[in-house]
Amino acid sequence: MGSNPVTWLGTPPFPKAAHAALGDSQLRANLRKATGTIRAKRAEAVAELSDWERLRRAGEAIKDDVLSRLDTYLERLERAVTERGGVVHWARDAAEANDTVLRLTREAGADEVVKVKSMATQEIGLNEALAAGGVHAIETDLAELIVQLGHDRPSHILVPAIHRNRAEIRDIFRRQMPSAPPWLSDKPVALTEAARRHLRRKFLSAKVAISGANFAVADTGSIVVVESEGNGRMCLTLPRTLITVMGLEKIVPTWRDLEVFLQLLPRSSTAERMNPYTSVWTGVTPGDGPQRFHLVLLDNGRTNALADPVGRQALRCIRCSACLNVCPVYERTGGQAYGSVYPGPIGAILAPQLVGDMHDAQAASLPYASSLCGACYEVCPVRINIPEVLVHLRAQATAAKGSRGPEALGMAAAGWVFADPKRYEAAQRAGSLARFLARDGWITRLPFPGSRWTASRDVPAPPAESFRMWWRRTRG
Amino acid sequence: MALFATCLTDTFYPDTARAVVRLLERLGCTVDFPLGQTCCGQMHFNTGYREQAKPLAQRYAGVFAGYHAVVVPSGSCAGMVREFHPGLVGASPATTMTYELTEFLVDVLGVTDVGAYFPHRVTYHPTCHSLRMLGVGDRPLTLLRAVRGLDLVELPFAETCCGFGGTFAVKNAETSTAMLADKMRCVLDTGAEVVTAGDNSCLMHIGGGLSRVRAGVRPVHLAEILASTEEEPWAAIR
Ligand code: SF4
Repeated sequence: MGSNPVTWLGTPPFPKAAHAALGDSQLRANLRKATGTIRAKRAEAVAELSDWERLRRAGEAIKDDVLSRLDTYLERLERAVTERGGVVHWARDAAEANDTVLRLTREAGADEVVKVKSMATQEIGLNEALAAGGVHAIETDLAELIVQLGHDRPSHILVPAIHRNRAEIRDIFRRQMPSAPPWLSDKPVALTEAARRHLRRKFLSAKVAISGANFAVADTGSIVVVESEGNGRMCLTLPRTLITVMGLEKIVPTWRDLEVFLQLLPRSSTAERMNPYTSVWTGVTPGDGPQRFHLVLLDNGRTNALADPVGRQALRCIRCSACLNVCPVYERTGGQAYGSVYPGPIGAILAPQLVGDMHDAQAASLPYASSLCGACYEVCPVRINIPEVLVHLRAQATAAKGSRGPEALGMAAAGWVFADPKRYEAAQRAGSLARFLARDGWITRLPFPGSRWTASRDVPAPPAESFRMWWRRTRG
Repeated sequence: MALFATCLTDTFYPDTARAVVRLLERLGCTVDFPLGQTCCGQMHFNTGYREQAKPLAQRYAGVFAGYHAVVVPSGSCAGMVREFHPGLVGASPATTMTYELTEFLVDVLGVTDVGAYFPHRVTYHPTCHSLRMLGVGDRPLTLLRAVRGLDLVELPFAETCCGFGGTFAVKNAETSTAMLADKMRCVLDTGAEVVTAGDNSCLMHIGGGLSRVRAGVRPVHLAEILASTEEEPWAAIR
């Protein structure tokens, strides 16, 4: 991990990372199947609600209110959690958050922790930091476990192992899971049974659990985790100590607000009317569940994003992954090409803002990893205008690159030509000579950077007479 | 009313612009093409050169001030003007009066049958910006369904992006190509001889790919189909 573990050290800029992914036929097939299925299901689940657009607007409004008065809500949350017996910790960045969790784990006398699936802890590289401190973290979400056992990286927000098919998962289990029998089949039932056996013992022995949070209700200090498997519920109830790492922006003011998101999230995410498990806890309840509760509130670039009036809408995100599932770029490159735990359209606008440095070539390449088709904005349950933020971040990226690069010079030249209709027409005349390169009206090869186009596509030959020339000749 | 041809169509596809003129004049409009027009600035804006898009937006507002309507044969350039020019240089009558071609035909002129004749098997690709930014909906299909002789075949996964995306097509050429390959497969699956759309940019992309593999499917802008009549068929416009 680099100084900012938001992006994985060593990941090349997007076009290069995409090159390898595009050539991986297994990955392509797995993603085509998975995203195609969930896309259709989401559309059905959403179509059931006649007030879906109003729900989206409500979600947007609630989150915008939270972001505009985040300081007030955070203090309210801190007070409520503390009153109910929890302890609140503040972490400016990944290092502070990791140190806090490691210290708390040691204080609880544990060298092994069970984990609820969480994006925040993946973002800060908590597992690696704990390992460096001698603590073994066990992922209990099935897909997260597959990634962990396979020494792999996640490629999707909801289903981090979406790039794997059943046969690959069986191979990983056979190699890495001591309790998995050598005759393990690739049937989903068999695979989940193997994971269940592997995990049950861990649940019973763990002293510490670590979770993220989908929502935190500021009014009451209640933390909410939604999930499908029930493994999260095991972690949240069995161990004595529970440590929750939560991004600053996960707040909702009241339980009434929560109701909106409990409709938006499952339908957008898993295309379910309601997710199977919704766990809520408020501080500590004597004799019931964990007896120590710590809440680590994580900034790690979020206040940086909050300061940007256009970019801050990315903080509305509820990590449903609908934008990934509909994205034509994500469908073809998969998530790892984006170089962070946040892939797809949301990753392309969130990761660069969390990194906060457009001189970072990898981060600066992410806002360009989109054709601006707008499919993401159309499905986003909190109406994040992702194309708008992409274009906004592109402007930051070009500003960081300066005005002397070949692209900036080319753009300046084009601007100069378009600034004057006479120059523009002269350019048309000069350019139309390219028609002599054509056969049957198409040009098949251009010099760089046009070669990037003609590598796979012909270019129409420019006509001898542009429209404006024709207009002047016949009508002018 | 004025025609904003867009720089791409003006330079590479004069037939499309001629078709718009012919079509609108047939429907009784008086069409002007103010020669001060150049480009809407979309390439600059979308690639992150916001400042350089400003003078172009300014020019647009000036050139088209005073017209009742500005018609654009491109969903993406019409979207740029209507959605983003106000943010760059403030709203102007020119931006609010700007219509994508099918919007103008259906909403302003109130016609869905333009009296066209085009005896070919055609499939229609709804371009992303006309679909999602402008929300032109089924206006293009309604217009196409009224064209005599035209055999309209539904494009599978029509609403998926073709992979053009402006400079995306060169900056992320390989991903763009992967998207194009799937779009081309869908086009070929229809058995159509013509693929049409409301944007020459996307058609340049899809058509450029189809030409490369000698697929024998022609890209034809929607305006050219709508301009074509029995008396003056499409071939005569070209
Ligand atoms: S950006 Fe919107 S669609 Fe994408 S994960 Fe976040 S909430 Fe879901």
